[in-house]
Amino acid sequence: MNDVSGLQERLARAGYIAEPGLASALEVLQMLGRPLLIEGDAGVGKTEIAKALARVYDTQLIRLQCYEGLDASSAVYEWDYQRQLLAIKIRETEQSAADTMERHIFSESYLLKRPLLRAITEPDPCVLLIDEIDRADEEFEAYLLEVLSDFQISIPELGTIPASSRPYVVLTSNGTREISDALRRRCLYYYLEHPDFDKELRIVNAHLPDIGLHLARQVVAFVQTLRGQDLRKIPGIAETLDWATAILRLDIKDLADDPEAVKRLLVCVLKTREDRAAVSAQQIDRLIAGSG
Amino acid sequence: MNEVVQGVDAGAGLTRRMAGFQAFLRAHGFQLGIPETIDALVLAQSVDIMQRRRLRAGLRSLLCSGHNDWARFDELFDAYWLPPNRTVLREAGGSGADPAPAREPADTRAPGLVSDVRQGAGDAGNIAGDDAAQGGASSEESQQSRDFRFLTRADELEAMERLVDRLARRMRRRMIRRQRIAGTGRRLHLRRTLRNSLQYGGTPLELSFLRRRHKPPQLVLLLDVSRSMSIYTYMLLRFTRALVCGFKRADAFIFHTRLVPVTDALRERNMSRMRDRLALMSSGWSGGTRIGESLQSFNENYAPGLVGRKTVVIIASDGFDTGEPSLLSEELQKLSARARRLVWLNPLLGRLGYQPTSAGMSAALPWLDLFAPAHNLDSLLALETELVKL
Repeated sequence: MNDVSGLQERLARAGYIAEPGLASALEVLQMLGRPLLIEGDAGVGKTEIAKALARVYDTQLIRLQCYEGLDASSAVYEWDYQRQLLAIKIRETEQSAADTMERHIFSESYLLKRPLLRAITEPDPCVLLIDEIDRADEEFEAYLLEVLSDFQISIPELGTIPASSRPYVVLTSNGTREISDALRRRCLYYYLEHPDFDKELRIVNAHLPDIGLHLARQVVAFVQTLRGQDLRKIPGIAETLDWATAILRLDIKDLADDPEAVKRLLVCVLKTREDRAAVSAQQIDRLIAGSG
Repeated sequence: MNEVVQGVDAGAGLTRRMAGFQAFLRAHGFQLGIPETIDALVLAQSVDIMQRRRLRAGLRSLLCSGHNDWARFDELFDAYWLPPNRTVLREAGGSGADPAPAREPADTRAPGLVSDVRQGAGDAGNIAGDDAAQGGASSEESQQSRDFRFLTRADELEAMERLVDRLARRMRRRMIRRQRIAGTGRRLHLRRTLRNSLQYGGTPLELSFLRRRHKPPQLVLLLDVSRSMSIYTYMLLRFTRALVCGFKRADAFIFHTRLVPVTDALRERNMSRMRDRLALMSSGWSGGTRIGESLQSFNENYAPGLVGRKTVVIIASDGFDTGEPSLLSEELQKLSARARRLVWLNPLLGRLGYQPTSAGMSAALPWLDLFAPAHNLDSLLALETELVKL
């Protein structure tokens, strides 16, 4: 088992700042081969974990975006019907027996692999990201449970396809719908909080090396205060980074230099009309003054 | 910071202690099985056992299966592994600083609207007593026909909440079972495929599929939160919340002397914040129920955008109106002309010998598509079948 701080450092080098708890969880994921379920508010960097993990292990990232009505044909596999039909047409003149024909058109070359099947048939372990599992239907969740515990997929016409490698599975959920207890039990769990000041500062510095410590501190302090307010859409890290990038582009070195421009750029952070109205101009001025 | 975990020698001792820890967590409502115990041992053996923080972080990921567990884990870990009188060094980050929704004490500011009732999780001594909350199917059965009025015990309320949640989910699934024809999907639509094949001389090149319809009906719920309804309000709000979270297109309003939209407040995931917002919105209201005026304001301000041919409007009220019955009748007429169906849920209808004779209620009756009781779960279950028919 590698050192936790080792993994933490490797994640940092891959551009992801992880707290020790998260690094431990990822380590357990690697050690036990169980899927990791990550919950947390939107914009705290859940999806980013999988991407960073793929970079750390230097492997491919296969992503399955869940949505309501997601079914096996778009998640696991589908037969290429049109090509099968053409094959039948072409071979019509040959007098091959029906079962030979059947074996031919139901072979792997007519199989369209979707993310789940692709992930387990990769020669090397990949990172499989199942994003927003809470959006998928319960039927799909049950199916997923089977795949994640056996790591094999049965296709009636072909037989069972065992995993050639075991992917590192990361699931994310926003809590749109309660996930079944069975799936929760199967998975490791991590609850990702909004980052604290220090962590967010490090993230901003990692992503925008040009920003300079002073401005980074101001931006982060501002967003951290905003998170404490009663907003509908609490700004995530992506919002902080967008805002900081925009400020940097305008060549502002200190928020107090150009409060009007800073206010205009808040479109990066406050994303509903109510939130826009909830934070008054005076409040923003106060925040800008206070963050200096 | 390395501390020796007390009571761990190695081998058999560790196994026993770890199994004991699992049993301890299970008694506190964690969902754990044998595989978790085995994995926990694998973990404990490969991590340097002297490094309590790492062991703790690893075990937390392994053994927790939800935010609720997550927030309690540190406390339980310390309670089990540390000698009783030790104060605890907790990790600075990621240790569940977010207040767990279930642990807030009952709020008294808005009686009837809110009362969250689970016992505090901190009472580590009360291990065996927690069994009461794990009511099996048989105990749920008996609650189904009980009047909400008698639900006062905490564990009963909790079981009730679970039932309501499940019901709302089932309702949603039943309602979207219809299928439509599409370019891709799960099952072949044979007739359309054959029809398509005609232009290719009988070769089915262009396939048609059946696909689930993704358009559940739209719901609008109007809840009466006046004092006469207060004993039912909590459960009805809970039901409404489940519906609003379960359906993409559902909107909820509460009314008393005026009408307030609460959809966003109900979608709030943080229970304590939801409670605060609801309390804030309903504060400062004077007595009396003005159903007619509330409906008027709904018709004028919200109905054009929300109520269409596919919308089912559900009003939950006991019909005791201090306003003009003629206004109520008029507004209901407008609403029923606009909506697909108009449903009125009256909790009193479940009481023996109740007749809808109050002025408001009799003014409303002619315009309703469905007049149904809502005093217990059975009546809400019956509503499900009605909604499926729509």
